[in-house]
Amino acid sequence: MIPLNKFMPTKTTSGRHSRRNFLLAGMFSVLGALWVGLQKLFGRNQAMQYGPDSLSATAGGSADAFPHSPHVFGTVGDIHTDDFDPTDFLSAWNFNDLPPEERSDYYQETSRADGSTLREYTFIAVDKEIEIAPGVYFPAWTYNGQVPGPTIRATEGDHLRIRFLNQGSHPHTIHFHGWHHPAVDGAFPDQFVHPGEEFVYEFDAEPTGVHLYHCHSTPLKRHIHKGLYGAYIVDPVEPRSEARELVMVMNGFDTNFDADNEVYAVNTVAFHYMNHPIRVRTGKPVRIYVINVTEFDPINSLHIHAVFFDVYRTGTRTTSHEYTDTVMMCQAERAIIECTFRYPGRYMFHAHQSEFAELGWMGVIEATDAPV
Amino acid sequence: MNKLNNTSNPDTEKTRGNSFSRWTLILLPLVLLGLLIVIILFFGPGQGLRTNFPPVEDLVIQRIELHREDFAQNTSREMILHVLNNGPSKTTISQVMVDEAYWPFTITPKQSLGHLERARIHMLYPWVEGEAHEITLITSTGATFSKGVDVAVSSPTPSWSYLGIFSLLGVYVGIIPVFLGLLWFPALRNIRTRTMHILLSFTVGLLAFLALDAIAEGLEIALRLPESLEGIAVLVAGFAGSFLFLSAVSRRTRERAETEQEEFADKVRQANTGPQVIIAYTIALGIGLHNLGEGLAIGSAYALGNIALGSMLVIGFALHNTTEGLAIISPVARKQVRVTHLIWMGLLAGVPTILGAWIGGFTYSAFWAVLFLSIGAGAIVQVVHTIFTQMTVDTDRLLTVRNTFGLGAGFAVMYLTGLLVAV
Repeated sequence: MIPLNKFMPTKTTSGRHSRRNFLLAGMFSVLGALWVGLQKLFGRNQAMQYGPDSLSATAGGSADAFPHSPHVFGTVGDIHTDDFDPTDFLSAWNFNDLPPEERSDYYQETSRADGSTLREYTFIAVDKEIEIAPGVYFPAWTYNGQVPGPTIRATEGDHLRIRFLNQGSHPHTIHFHGWHHPAVDGAFPDQFVHPGEEFVYEFDAEPTGVHLYHCHSTPLKRHIHKGLYGAYIVDPVEPRSEARELVMVMNGFDTNFDADNEVYAVNTVAFHYMNHPIRVRTGKPVRIYVINVTEFDPINSLHIHAVFFDVYRTGTRTTSHEYTDTVMMCQAERAIIECTFRYPGRYMFHAHQSEFAELGWMGVIEATDAPV
Repeated sequence: MNKLNNTSNPDTEKTRGNSFSRWTLILLPLVLLGLLIVIILFFGPGQGLRTNFPPVEDLVIQRIELHREDFAQNTSREMILHVLNNGPSKTTISQVMVDEAYWPFTITPKQSLGHLERARIHMLYPWVEGEAHEITLITSTGATFSKGVDVAVSSPTPSWSYLGIFSLLGVYVGIIPVFLGLLWFPALRNIRTRTMHILLSFTVGLLAFLALDAIAEGLEIALRLPESLEGIAVLVAGFAGSFLFLSAVSRRTRERAETEQEEFADKVRQANTGPQVIIAYTIALGIGLHNLGEGLAIGSAYALGNIALGSMLVIGFALHNTTEGLAIISPVARKQVRVTHLIWMGLLAGVPTILGAWIGGFTYSAFWAVLFLSIGAGAIVQVVHTIFTQMTVDTDRLLTVRNTFGLGAGFAVMYLTGLLVAV
């Protein structure tokens, strides 16, 4: 049996309140209001208070400089990265972010006679509260306790075997984009894996490119926007050129369930790469695997400042489709982006839907001359 | 109390014994109730009552202040939100959005608010004059609570100039018109009973309109209040409280005056306060409270940028409120009333407008608005009751054609002048 503590949802308890607290609070708020009123009436200037419990701005500036600081945007504070660190996610595939002894619980590779590899994965669906912006928790449905789910990466012709255990509260599946037999498509009701059950998805990795997987249980919208999706990369037999490789899954979260996202991001956490820039080296090629799984909005996009890049749509062909600085995708569309940062410095990147950008889908790539 | 101390009386002895057991019986349910609370608190209401549902959160943004400060190089613009936790459970404000963009903020005194606790959120945000903004709070559970600013204008901050503006507003709208109305006093001398009754009916019409206006306004605000503040209960309590209190006071005064107690009668004569003068004062008080509510409405509308204070509005209020002065003097029209009394009545009715404008302009609170409006309405209805009672002393024919006409005319005058001042 696989240790699951890591993926267990965190318990929340609501605070108890007593009648006495209520009365005291009422009394003090009346007294407080009177006092504030008096102060106001007599024109006393109130200095801004920064109590021990109060927050101060961190994104892009400091509120301490009030009132001369510029008007900055973004969230306040930082997330807890113990469970999921978006920076680690960028270059984590086949569970290479886990220590070897733990990794073998979820991933094993075996060489085959024809030179290809058998790759065996264990995926577990669990309900888990995840932090999608500092202090904002979302009751997600996850693969292995993280959103996006673990990235699967294989070489074309490899044989994949994914053992899927559903320990969540609803029926789930894993539906892969890629060649496979319809019997393992994970889309029809008789293919739903019910809570407590398990299923093995087995197929050969093809075609070459950047793909995705997601839950195909119904209602579809909810199963996707609750967090059941991830990246599936198939490398060509002839390896791609050497590059710094980054996985970016464009997603969004409807925290109040009004069919409209409150948070947008790449790799789940709003503004995370603003606060923690992605470090790359100047002059060295960078390859980004971009996948759009944003629910509710017809399209999403990626724009990188101050550079131009080659776009390989779906990553299935070796010729560049476009040389641009902005690429647009509908849900499940994906692309490989290749570029080189000429100058050291901070390059902003974001959705070029300003609304998404200001709701979290914005970050910084920091290029430096030193090795990263 | 004397009885209890007198232990020699066997009768009382018996009462004491009884009272001991009576006290025990009175206290027993309370003790048991205490025990029940202790059991619930320490042993829980049983697993069956507990749920794993997310807590119901309900935050209310009660007020949004917008400020701007100009410096040599730049302009700093701020937003200040006043937030109340109207829900039963502890709620944490995690992030703040303005117009669908996350924005940095500071929050005092704390992020996590218990039931009915308040917080103040400060943001540097480049709000745009004359345009609309929407602020959304997102809690730790992802629930969102929004409030809009329809027309963004700089909120008045307590300063001498704003104090001056609001005072002037109060003088124009409250004091001057009321005193103009009082100037009719000499003209009303020596009128006949019949004319007097038409005048009183006219006054009742005016007052009825004011009472309805205050109740409607109070109801409208009460329905906007956070549910836990029980706006309707406040409205009813304010109305009933002032009505009953004033009824009790005027009854007591009248009874004392009627029983001809030498001293009191002298005092009343000296002070020139007959029952009618008291009615006049009560009317002044009721109108004063109504004007306090009116001041609140004007002040807050001005502060929220909802009205442009054109000359039309001031003229409208002047016409509207002049009739209030008439309402005050009609019960004492045929009496000898010292000028000082008239001045006091005018001030009592007019000055609250200034107070209301101050409060409404600087720290508008819907709760207090409901309370003041309902108290005013209760006072006015009590006055209407008193005037009718007074009229029946002179005659048993109350609703004559003339009186009904007067009543309708009073209502119509208020209605028509009210058309000019739709805030």
